[in-house]
Amino acid sequence: MYSASDLRKGLKIQIDGNPFIVTDFEFSKPGKGQALYRCKMRNMISGNQFTQTYRSNDKFEKADLEERKMQYLYNKENDYYFMDIESYEQIFITKEHLGDNINFLIDNMELQVLLFGGKPIDVSLPIFVNLMVIRADPWAKGDTSGTDTKPVTVETGYVLQVPPFVEEGEKIQIDTRTGQYVTRVKD
Amino acid sequence: MRAALLRLVRSFFLGLGFLEVDTPVRQPVIIPERNIIPLQSGSWFLQASPELCMKRLLAAGCERIFQICPCFRAGEKGRLHLEEFTMLEWYRTDADYYDLMADCEDFLRYVEENFRMEFSDHLSLLSKGVFSGADAINLTREWERRTVAEAFARYSPVSLEQAMETDRFEELLVENIEPHLGFGSPLFLCDYPALHGSLAKLKDENPAVAERFELYLAGIELANGFSELTDGCEQQQRFDDELRYMHENGRKTTGMPERFLSALNDLDRVAGIAFGLDRLLMLIMGKKTLDEVVTFAPSEL
Repeated sequence: MYSASDLRKGLKIQIDGNPFIVTDFEFSKPGKGQALYRCKMRNMISGNQFTQTYRSNDKFEKADLEERKMQYLYNKENDYYFMDIESYEQIFITKEHLGDNINFLIDNMELQVLLFGGKPIDVSLPIFVNLMVIRADPWAKGDTSGTDTKPVTVETGYVLQVPPFVEEGEKIQIDTRTGQYVTRVKD
Repeated sequence: MRAALLRLVRSFFLGLGFLEVDTPVRQPVIIPERNIIPLQSGSWFLQASPELCMKRLLAAGCERIFQICPCFRAGEKGRLHLEEFTMLEWYRTDADYYDLMADCEDFLRYVEENFRMEFSDHLSLLSKGVFSGADAINLTREWERRTVAEAFARYSPVSLEQAMETDRFEELLVENIEPHLGFGSPLFLCDYPALHGSLAKLKDENPAVAERFELYLAGIELANGFSELTDGCEQQQRFDDELRYMHENGRKTTGMPERFLSALNDLDRVAGIAFGLDRLLMLIMGKKTLDEVVTFAPSEL
């Protein structure tokens, strides 16, 4: 259990069976009165937010969260399958739950899966991933009329803007936090 | 800036004939207060305020005293709270809380005027502070005085009585009332419910309220002053209540401050005030957190 004095930004607690993360926190104590702990919280599954003020005597359950290292295997329609690297146990996460993360998943990629009460609720990808460019317009050398970037498609189907010198068949590094091009990479 | 503030505090109070005192920070027995958790130092405690020793000095014959000292309160960490902070306290005999309000007005006007003079070549240091710019707080206008009951009636969805009954006093004060206090000119929030003034004298004509006030500037509580309770017996009863509450809630208690209680009986009309110097500096410099105005923030130690 946590007590109110443990509350701080980033703390994960459980309320009514749901995991919440404290996204904003302010301590106050007017005059010689009771201490108040005002928290803004986000439901880690639904994303819903709310603000609540707690007192010194309030207690909080720790969220039953676990992070496991897993490997992405394959997807079958909307279900994306992952395997625990240690136990070889397999789980799946729906496309809806993965959101934009699916843009960066390639077979055998290792990542962290966050489980709440044993159920997967989120994945954290490596910050940088290297993906193959499968479609790009050729760069017309000497073309100074165009813009500084051009769109390319990578092996996951994701489309992004890159500098004009990037060509089909090359690998590029992408920042998964922003979804943006970082650099060209050589194998 | 901190050095300038400390110097101005001293010159102001010395000019009024106050004596600067220096009392022990570490004490075997401290004030039993339900909402303050003391920091332990060996088998003794670090003071949450210099109140006990300063009132004993008044009982010993001092008439006007002030002190600048560190105070400690466990678990109080936030934008406006530090576990160790710098307090200015001053006490006057033959005075009540109205005299302290007058002191506050003179003191802040003195500080503001002198800061402006001292930093006339570096006014940009003050440009984000509460005394500069379009939203500057005007100290020359008459300062507002409003009772706690009036403030609840005006800003809170429920009355003071209802707030007390439902134990929402602090919550409504912080969420609904404080954000309105002390803009334009400083404001004194006066006459707290008796329960919220454990060391304060109750009003003769209305014993449900204590002669206590808080000074607000730009929504921030700066100082807490009151006409002191000088009846040793009644003070002992109130401390008993505090101690009982603390026992019932499983809190460690530090015992009854007996020497303080017997000294109280030697006092007549006395008023005293605790003023947060770090918060004042923060407002003058236009900073958002206390961490930015202390010499070393906890995270830097």
